[in-house]
Amino acid sequence: MPAKKKSKSPLGIKTPRVDGPLKVSGLAQYASDFHFPGTLYAVPVEATIANGRLAKLDTAAAEKMPGVRAVFHRQNIGKIFRAVKGEGMEGIIDERRPPFDDDVIRYYGQYIALAVADTFETAKAAAGVVRATYRQKKPNVATDLQADDDPAKVNTSFGPMARLESERGNAKSAFTKAAVKIDHTYVTPLVTHNPIELQGATAMWDGDRVTIYEESQGIFNMRSVLAQMFGLPKENVRIITKFVGSGFGSKLWPWTHCILAVAAARELGAPVKLVISRKMMFQTVGHRPRTQQRVRLGATKTGKLVSLQHDYVYSKSILDDYQEDCGEATAFHYSVPNLRVEFGRAKRHTGSPTPMRGPGAVPGFYATESALNELAAALELDPVKLRILNEPKKDESLDQPFSSRHLLKCFAVGAKRFGWAKRKPAVGAMKRDGLVLGWGMAGCAWTAGRFPAEVNLRLRDDGTVRVACGTQDIGTGTYTILAQLAAEKTGVPLDKVEVALGDTSLPEGPVSGGSMVTGSLIPAVYSAAEKMCEALFKIAVNTPGSPFEKQKPDQLSFSDGRVFAKKGGPAKGVPFRDLLSRANVHYVAGSGKAGGTSSEENPKVSMNSYGCHFVEVTWQPAIAQLRVSRVVTVIDAGRIINPLAGRNQIEGAVVMGIGMALLEETEYDPRNGAPINSNLADYMVAVNADVPPIDVTFLDYPDKAVNELGARGIGEIGLAGIAAAITDATYHATGVRVRELPIKIEDLLTSSILR
Amino acid sequence: MKAFQLTRASDSAYAIAAAAKATTAQQGAEIRFIAGGTTLLDLMKLNVEQPETLIDISRLPFDQIDESADGGLTIGSNVRNSDLAHHSAVKRDYAVLSEALLSGASAQLRNMATTAGNLLQRTRCMYFRATDMACNKRDPGSGCAAIDGANRSLAILGTSRHCIATNPSDMNVALAALEATIHLRGTSGERSVPIGDFHLLPGNTPERETVLKPGDLITHVTLPPPPKGSRSLYLKLRDRASYEFALASAAIVITVAKGKVTHARIALGGVGTKPWRSTEAEATLEGQLATEETFRKAAEGALRDAKPQSQNGFKVELAKRCLIHALMLATQPPKE
Repeated sequence: MPAKKKSKSPLGIKTPRVDGPLKVSGLAQYASDFHFPGTLYAVPVEATIANGRLAKLDTAAAEKMPGVRAVFHRQNIGKIFRAVKGEGMEGIIDERRPPFDDDVIRYYGQYIALAVADTFETAKAAAGVVRATYRQKKPNVATDLQADDDPAKVNTSFGPMARLESERGNAKSAFTKAAVKIDHTYVTPLVTHNPIELQGATAMWDGDRVTIYEESQGIFNMRSVLAQMFGLPKENVRIITKFVGSGFGSKLWPWTHCILAVAAARELGAPVKLVISRKMMFQTVGHRPRTQQRVRLGATKTGKLVSLQHDYVYSKSILDDYQEDCGEATAFHYSVPNLRVEFGRAKRHTGSPTPMRGPGAVPGFYATESALNELAAALELDPVKLRILNEPKKDESLDQPFSSRHLLKCFAVGAKRFGWAKRKPAVGAMKRDGLVLGWGMAGCAWTAGRFPAEVNLRLRDDGTVRVACGTQDIGTGTYTILAQLAAEKTGVPLDKVEVALGDTSLPEGPVSGGSMVTGSLIPAVYSAAEKMCEALFKIAVNTPGSPFEKQKPDQLSFSDGRVFAKKGGPAKGVPFRDLLSRANVHYVAGSGKAGGTSSEENPKVSMNSYGCHFVEVTWQPAIAQLRVSRVVTVIDAGRIINPLAGRNQIEGAVVMGIGMALLEETEYDPRNGAPINSNLADYMVAVNADVPPIDVTFLDYPDKAVNELGARGIGEIGLAGIAAAITDATYHATGVRVRELPIKIEDLLTSSILR
Repeated sequence: MKAFQLTRASDSAYAIAAAAKATTAQQGAEIRFIAGGTTLLDLMKLNVEQPETLIDISRLPFDQIDESADGGLTIGSNVRNSDLAHHSAVKRDYAVLSEALLSGASAQLRNMATTAGNLLQRTRCMYFRATDMACNKRDPGSGCAAIDGANRSLAILGTSRHCIATNPSDMNVALAALEATIHLRGTSGERSVPIGDFHLLPGNTPERETVLKPGDLITHVTLPPPPKGSRSLYLKLRDRASYEFALASAAIVITVAKGKVTHARIALGGVGTKPWRSTEAEATLEGQLATEETFRKAAEGALRDAKPQSQNGFKVELAKRCLIHALMLATQPPKE
């Protein structure tokens, strides 16, 4: 039988989600969809103060309710240890204090008790009648931020960090002498992730082993935290996360509700399910902190930057050491001889912040790109030209070349697709259909890299393939990417590839964070494929009657699902299923490991993704209505493995950016410290009707420094810069320069553009 | 959420007799009618409403829309918001009502919510829903946390020092401009209440929102025939393009002849503690030239008594622009 022509590579092809049919038919099982006989339901009791002490807890009425199994609190929850940060992705938890560890209340909604009952309704009713008495102190949820930690070095979630983040030249003196100066403070509000899937855990013990179904973005870190907190060897803890209804970072690290579910299940000897409410999603599972960023730019009269100072303060909880690195990209993104990036933190009576899509860089780029736009206006220079003028030839902070940087090409492509050449820079100068138009733009970047990953790849005697990795698909398309990679390496069509992920019993995979999953998986899949081929060739040469019986493994090759002798060429290849059947072997497997980039000593290049947004807003002065009407986004993220899922990521980020610029803000009531708009009617995110046409282009320059295929991450970069482009477009339309997000109607009512 | 008993009413007499046993038909009612449940269930889950008994009236035969002989319209209390919005007579004669309904909530909610339920829609004041904070509407005498709190979305007209909660309904604003009449059946027979008298100002008793007494069942709403030659429309302003309560809205029914306003009915939403009919604006408009200048005077009149709070001062200007723009749109020459 002649071999078929080699099929087209599945990489770079628009590939619909392989898990799509499961999701649209309701067959995909999310964490809270798992039900077990005898499951009990738990509902936490929330503190209704944000600062003080719990003086008394009256659980009598709750305990008497029919169907209530227990009301847990500090006295009866049992031993819970404190987890410590280990190497790499081990032991990371943003709220490190174990739940119920003391009587101190440090934020509104902190769990003080847990009602467990036969039904969810009973548990909720029981939680509702637990009475707490407090010794209350005034909470500090003030929005004006002053750094309150003095030492030059502070602890963060990832280790100690100098508060002087980056410095070169003499930024202060260069600023003083600069011909043109910009000095403004930009504020981003505290915002909440709000994935649609609520967080929750179902915990089930079997002796000294525990299995937890939880929607985690990092199951192996969660395993290490829970193993520590419950005094178990890691292998006794299993985390299962088959599907995640988005996370945006809020599900990266474990939270207190998960620990309470495990503890309650341990005490009661039954499976316990605890799914938190939307209100609790605003209180106990993280948020993006408020940031206040002063940006000082000094430039020559022709627009060359001579000094950049970026000083930022962000809010954090009372106890925890969260890091929001707004300066992550500042030091490498622009060419400037004198630079200083400094930060500080302000403690507030809120739950701990946690990474939210594009942590650090998203608020950071809002500030620096806004300042650049203001400099362009002051110089009466096109903002694109200003950026071209200050494009660095290398990473000036690391003094290293960039692995692959095509930001100028992004600007060129974006400007052309948008029609930027027709821009009239004067405020209110552009009109269409009775509406005033505003045009704005901004650039962006996001650090690229890899986490360690291990992948197992199997060829089976029925001609199918299984690829397995203990990573997660948080809705971004990891199932599909793994299927594409496995199909590429085995020649088996996508519908014959089974993907297993989301289980700590699988080989250890990367956290779904930092936009690094795809990039991390590629070398692991490639290495697994090599090992798998070695195993397959051994069978091919050792099986009696095999056409390759007399040959040596290194004389064989594998492609398009067929083994063939290198000499004879693929035309005489034999399908792997024939070889496996003949040998009576169910499958051959290979496991491949790839290291992370952070462990690579002396990296020689600076690896990042880049991009830009061009935005049009419409302004209707008669009714003070501003809407985003058009977005053009160009992204340079290396090779794109699945352009369909890739575009979806950028579009989603742009929509989130519209929310960031115009709508989203978690408001804390200063009297009791409660996030007062803790529901999806009062906390506004962009809805479908707010979404304009979004034109996404990927440049597709492979970056081989990152991995074999040259693919970098795309999950976060789309949200960086978009808010600065929208605020600049808003200024162009209305003449109102808003430096505190979100832009509100009340800001725009001051516009002098009335027609 | 507290456990409750659910009974299904087979006829209105049963429903009325059963509900008449409650001590109040206002906040704190022990017995509540339920139809669409889009407000009530939400509030029960938050423990803001804790009825012991729910009487399901969704199967009572009040689900018809009838055109009356005089050219008016009779709308059954159980008519779903989406059915009402898409009804041909409503779209033809009462565009303001259709537009108001379609600007509210989401398609899913409109498919469940009923006419009477929308009339009785409760405020979205965040403190009304936060049971650990003071609210005179939810817990009379406890105070008003909104006056010194997050009040951006709250009312500037008809407020008292006890309550500044906004009536959130879009439909009610249209009904106010349409001079609807609410028809009730109670223990002492049937009666009808003009929409303007149906909702109460908060005053000292913000827990009392309507004239309803225990056992009162809304059976239908009637609309008078549209004034000859009139046009009507609803304009709603908000932060995002959909699925948000009004920051300011305007319902207009207006007739212009020979360049002059001969008849005007004006109601504002998003700014009042009840659906805000502005007779001041109407008086300013009637008999005057239909010009932007006249409309501006009408808007000034409508907002003259506005009492802004710490965060919602912008609503004064926004409501004016909303009304002026709505009047401009309603008096433009018809599109070919």
